[in-house]
This record gives sequence, structure tokens and C-alpha cells, in this order.
Amino acid sequence: MSHHLLEGVQLCHRYADGTEALRGLDFCIRHGESVALVGANGAGKSTLLQHLNGTLLPTSGAVKIGGITVCKETLRDIRRTVGMVFQDPDDQLFMSTVFEDVAFGPRNLGLPDADVETRVRQALDRVEIGHLAHKPPFRLSGGEKRRAAIATVLSMSPDVLVMDEPSAGLDPRSRRQLIGLLKDFQHTKLIATHDLDLVLDLCDRTLVMHQGKLMADGPTREIFADAALLEACHLEKPFSMQGCPVCGRT
Amino acid sequence: MANFGDHLRELGALDRLASMDTPIHRLDPRAKVLATLLFILMVASFGRYEVSGLLPFALFPVILGTLGEVPWGLVGKRVLMVLPFALVLGILNPFLDRSQVAFGSWTLSAGWLSFASILLRFALCVGASVILIATTSMDGVCMALERLGLPRVFTLQIALLYRYVFVLLEETLRITRARELRANGRPLLLSEYGSLAGSLFLRTWERARRVHVAMLSRGFEGEFHGASPPHFRSKDAAFLMGWGAVLVVLRLVNLPHLLESLLKGVAS
Amino acid sequence: MHMADALLSPAVGATMWVLSGATLGRSATRVRKTLDEGRLPLMGVLGAFVFAVQMLNFAIPGTGSSGHLAGTLFLALLLGPHGAFLTVSSVLVVQALFFADGGLLALGCNLFNMGFFPAFVAYPLIVRPLLAGAPGQGRRALGIILGAVIGLQLGAFGVVLETILSGRTALPFKAFLYAMQPIHLAIGLVEGLATLALVAFLARTRPELLETQSRGRSAWKGALVVAVMALVAGGCFSWFASTRPDGLEWALAKVGQQEIEAPEQSLHGRIAHAQARTALMPDYAFKGGGESRGATSLAGVGGGVLTLLIVGGVGIALRPRRKMA
Repeated sequence: MSHHLLEGVQLCHRYADGTEALRGLDFCIRHGESVALVGANGAGKSTLLQHLNGTLLPTSGAVKIGGITVCKETLRDIRRTVGMVFQDPDDQLFMSTVFEDVAFGPRNLGLPDADVETRVRQALDRVEIGHLAHKPPFRLSGGEKRRAAIATVLSMSPDVLVMDEPSAGLDPRSRRQLIGLLKDFQHTKLIATHDLDLVLDLCDRTLVMHQGKLMADGPTREIFADAALLEACHLEKPFSMQGCPVCGRT
Repeated sequence: MANFGDHLRELGALDRLASMDTPIHRLDPRAKVLATLLFILMVASFGRYEVSGLLPFALFPVILGTLGEVPWGLVGKRVLMVLPFALVLGILNPFLDRSQVAFGSWTLSAGWLSFASILLRFALCVGASVILIATTSMDGVCMALERLGLPRVFTLQIALLYRYVFVLLEETLRITRARELRANGRPLLLSEYGSLAGSLFLRTWERARRVHVAMLSRGFEGEFHGASPPHFRSKDAAFLMGWGAVLVVLRLVNLPHLLESLLKGVAS
Repeated sequence: MHMADALLSPAVGATMWVLSGATLGRSATRVRKTLDEGRLPLMGVLGAFVFAVQMLNFAIPGTGSSGHLAGTLFLALLLGPHGAFLTVSSVLVVQALFFADGGLLALGCNLFNMGFFPAFVAYPLIVRPLLAGAPGQGRRALGIILGAVIGLQLGAFGVVLETILSGRTALPFKAFLYAMQPIHLAIGLVEGLATLALVAFLARTRPELLETQSRGRSAWKGALVVAVMALVAGGCFSWFASTRPDGLEWALAKVGQQEIEAPEQSLHGRIAHAQARTALMPDYAFKGGGESRGATSLAGVGGGVLTLLIVGGVGIALRPRRKMA
């Protein structure tokens, strides 16, 4: 069974106010892949992400995770399989200490206290913030918050990591460290971001969205080399692929 | 709107104090909450004109504050902040209550005594509350309240409020700052208030939705599973019972009066 | 206004704790039962919102002063009475703990005055029926302002009663009442206007959030009758209080202090008399009677100073001898 697989089949979503956010997406992400999801503001990235763990359900079409269609009945398993890291860590860290936050998921799985403790420790060590376990989230720096948010997801041992703008609001050093961290993760990853340089570092494959449609799906370097495509989708080449602003060389 | 940032800083300062590590911080929150409640109850139980009997009660905040390393400036500031309120409510006493009390050769309007009593009560109660929160994390207080029988939904509500109060105060601070920069010193009018508070509300609403999604994403199904609370140790029981005894004795025995007679005994 | 620990007697404080505690328990059960999944985070974050918005001051035209929203009525409009009571209670608890607004013993009073009255009296009896159906702007304004005013009037009355029954201040019932009710009429109007501004904004931008309100049949005429009756009753009560102050005060004083023994005398004389007889610092120089006045001069003062010295000494002795790193 191709267990770790994200699949969209003619996925459509229309909001209650009539906005058509997704217009028939077809995609398939295989086990172990690291895929970027790029697109201008309002392209539908966030809407798509919310379908991947069933926060939104498709108006028509389907999302399948490991062959299981996302619907009300399968939500429990789906949410265990797909770990979602939100754009604003403040939304994800809602408990009073980092430890409690990371323990929230495992406790909901009904694990005994000792197992919860082990999982929390492992997750915190994985993102190198074991020393922050008993701090309240509002006392953390931006980079630390991001790591804590990732730990809350890791403690659920998900098979797929879905991230929304993981590098937003980070200073350059924290961003660099985060990229290093994510590189080591063996999970299947889907990363929605505007940070195309991060994409170059982390993802071999890129999906490009524009106005609710999938405009391109292919190797990252090829897509970023396609100036016409980027222009049509209101995107720009990553800095590292643009000419040097001083001497003009690439 | 200077008080906005001040509030935020003060909340932050108290919260930082609460994460210190002293013998008082290490006590079980239940013991501290109960002892403080008993303290306030005892202080409140004195009659209107009691002054001397209230003085020994300063021992409780002084000992807890000292061992808990709470900066006295902070406690003093908090007491001063509520003082105007106490003054307004008490200042009429000396004028309304003119019955005379004799101190040997002096006489004094009884209203002054009840006024002094109110001020003292304010200082004691506010001091004790500030020291409680400066030595006990909000988390601990919530745990204690829950163990003392408050509904789970309510303690969770407090914990969530506390978690997001910092986020929302900062958001409000940003919004008001943005307005002030363009307002040219003009105060906020009611007509703008609706949209200012309203947009803050809409952001709050959206945030609540996202927090909910975050909960759902981690398997939340309407039931919170907290950690099992720590054991109430003999140390905590000793603290509670010790203070219970001291407070009750102080309530029954007027210590200054006793000392007075001792003094006199020594003098004669 | 926050009721404060220092003004409360244990009996009044405890009674109000029980009343508010029971309301809290009931609200919690109701909220749990109707807990659609999103309620919990919504209430938590809304609590933080109320906390923040209470610090947002706006100018009150023509007065030079400023006001802010207390928010209970607004919460009731969004969450219903039970959710609103729980949320406001959480705000009051945090304020009591962190800003010493009120205090722990006074929490029961404050929950009742500022939570119960607006959420369980003003909202269901006045506001909900008046806003039922599809209210026009006039009816909406009337309902919200009337609800806010009545909620705050009741709350202020609660403060007055609790203070007088506790007997820690010498404020006479009537004078305190006459000071509190008009002040809270103004505060109520401000609260109503602020709530209305917020509701009007939402009605323009996100009307679906207020949808819960338009459910149910319109019973606004009935609500108007209730409101008018409440105002008339309040008026009659004030009239009664102003014409027969002694009777009322006597009744209250009797409940609160049990010190009044001579109802035929003038009130102030009576109180002074009673105080002189019963309450004069019982442990001071007067109790013994036989003791010579000279010997007990400065009774308690020397002892008091000594007590404070001891307390201070204990504080200094216990100071942690931790070196600054």
C-alpha cells in the first residue's frame, strides 16, 4: 500500500460567499518527496492546505491521504497522519507551556502519561528546544516559537508534514537554522511559501498555483527558470537565481 | 494610551516573577491559594474599627513576599494604584461617623479609626493577592482552582484567556499606535471606536477559528486531557496548616495589645 | 465598579461566592452541553479580547472624559448568557489576580454585579426580545442601550447593598445609592453606546456573526413592558428611599450590624449611640472600665509599633542571602 501519499482528484472548493478558491486540482505526492507549493497571495494555497487535514472539505472532487478519502468519518486517522504547521505559531501554541502544548496531541491520542512524556521529549529534542519545555509560549522568540510549533506536530508522529509559510517572520539566522532542521526531516513534506530561496534549498519539486488552479508541476529548477510562467503567476525568480545586482553575473 | 504598554509590561513582569524558583514558588498552588483566601477572610472578619488587630497580619505578606523574593516596589506600586479607590470610599468616614473615641487624654472621631482600618485592609488584601500571583504561575492557579472544585470548562477558559491576552494586547497596541500616528492628538471618537474595536474583534474571531483548527489538527475532540496534577506533599500541608493556625491565633489574640501589656509590665 | 475585599464582611463575601459559584457551575454545565467544538477556543480568545478592549478608551463628547467597554452585554449577544457569564468571569478572575481589581473575597460580588445582572437579567429580559426578528436601527439602539443601562443600574445597586450590608464604611445607604446610581446611569449609557458602535460595525461587515440574535420570534413589545416596569419600579423605590430613608436604612443597618437598638431616635444619633456602646475598639482601653485611663493612654499604639517592628524584623531576617551573580 502506498501509505504516504497525498492525492487530489478534481479538487474544488467554493466558499459560502461564492468565492471559488479551488477549481479542479489534480496532484499526487509520493512517499518521501519534498514538494513546494508556491503562488501569489490569494492563489488558494491556504485553502488547499486546509483540505489536507480535513479542516475544509471539498465542494466536489476528493483528497486522498494514503489512499483514504478525507471525509468526516476518516478525520481521526487523517489528522494523525498529516501534521500541519500553521503560519502563525501563536495560533498553534495555545497551551500555557511549551511542554503542555507538545503534549496536547499525544494526550488526545489517549496515550498514557509516560508515553506522552517520552514523545514530548523526543519532539523537543528533535527541534533542539528541550530547554524551553516549561516556558510559556509568549515568552519565546520568533524562531523558538516556530520550532515549538513544529514540535507540537512531530509529537503526533505524522507521516506527512504540511507547512504554511514556515520562514515567515524569521530573522535570517533563524531562517537558515530552520532550513537546516527541515532538511534533516525524513517526512514527506509539502511546504507552502513565498520564500523561493527556501524552496530551492528544500524541495526538488514545485507546484505553482494561480487563481485556484494548478499552473505547473515539475522540478523546482525548471519551474524557476521559466520566466514566462513566473510572470503569469505573479511570481519572481528566487534571489539566488537572479543576476548579481552589482556585477550582473548569475 | 500609555497605560496599554504599561499593562502589558506589568503582566509580563508578574509572569516572569512567577517563574522564579524559591521555597514559596515550589509550594503547591492549592496551599498558597487556600492560605491567601483564609488570610483575606480573617482580615475581612474584623469589625469596622479594628486597627491594631490588623497590624500583625502584615506578617503573612511580609514573610511570603520575602521568601518568595517579590520586589517590594512592585507590591507597593500595586497598593498605591488601588489607594485612590480606598481613599474615596473611606474619606467620608471621619465626617460621617463622629462618635468620639478616647485615647486617654486625647479624643478622636471614630470615623478616623474606621478609615484607617479600610486603608489597612486594602493594603493587606492587595499585597497578599499580588504576592500570590507573583509566586504562583497562572497555570498553577488554574490547577488549584480546578482542584478546589471550579468547573474544568472555566479553568480552561482562564488559561486560554491568559495565553492570548499577551497576543491581543500587543495587537491592540499596534492598532492604537497606528491610529495615534495619524490622529494628530485628536482623541478617539465613538464613531471611530466601532470600527477600531470592531476590526480588533474580527481579527480575534479569525484567530479563534485558527486556534480551533490547530486544536482539531492535533486530534482535539471536545475533551481536554490535562496532565495529572502533582501530589499535595506533606510540606504543602504543613505550610497550609501552619499558616492556618497562625492566622486564627492572630485573629483571636490581639498581639499589639498583648505586647502593650508586656511593655507596661516591663516598665513597672 | 469593582467591589473590593477591604469593604466586605466575610458573610456578604461568602454569600456572593456561593451565588456566583452556583451560577458559574450552571453556566459551565450548559456550555459543556452545547459545546460545539469551536466554542472553547472562541470563548478563551474572546476573553482576551474583552481584556484588551477594556483598555481602549474613547472620548465622551462634551465631557472631556473618556470611557471604555465592559463587554458583558456584547459577549451575551455573541455567546448567549451562559457563555458570556463564563467569559466575563474569567476576565474578572485574571483582573483580580493581576491588577488587584477587587480581590479574591470580592470575586463573588464582582461576578454577580458585572456578570450575572447583564448576562442573566438585562440580556434575556430586555435585549434579546428587543432585538428578535429583524430589528431596525432604532429598535436595535433602544434594546442595546436600555439593556446596558439596566444591567449597570442593577450592578451598581448590588455594590451599594453589598457595601452597606458589610458595614465597613460609614456611608449612609441613601447617600451612597444616590451617588452610585446616577454615575452608573452615565456609565451604562457609555457602555450601551460602545456596544452599539461595535454591533453596528459587525452588522455592516459580518452580519452572520450576529445571526443567533435574530432567531426566535419577536417579543420586543413584551420586553419594552418589562423595561418600563423596571424603570417604574426603580423610580418608586428611589421615591420610597427618599421619603422614608430611615425605615430603609434601619432595615439594612439591622441586617448588617445588629447594633441599632433605639429606633425612636434620629438616625445618626442612633448609629453614633450604638457604635459608642458596642463597637468601640472592644480590646482597647474601654472594655475593662476599671482600668485607669491614664495608664492605658495610647492604648495599642506602643503595641502596634512594636508589632510592626517585629514584622519588619522577620522580613529582614528571612531575606534570602543569595549573592548577586
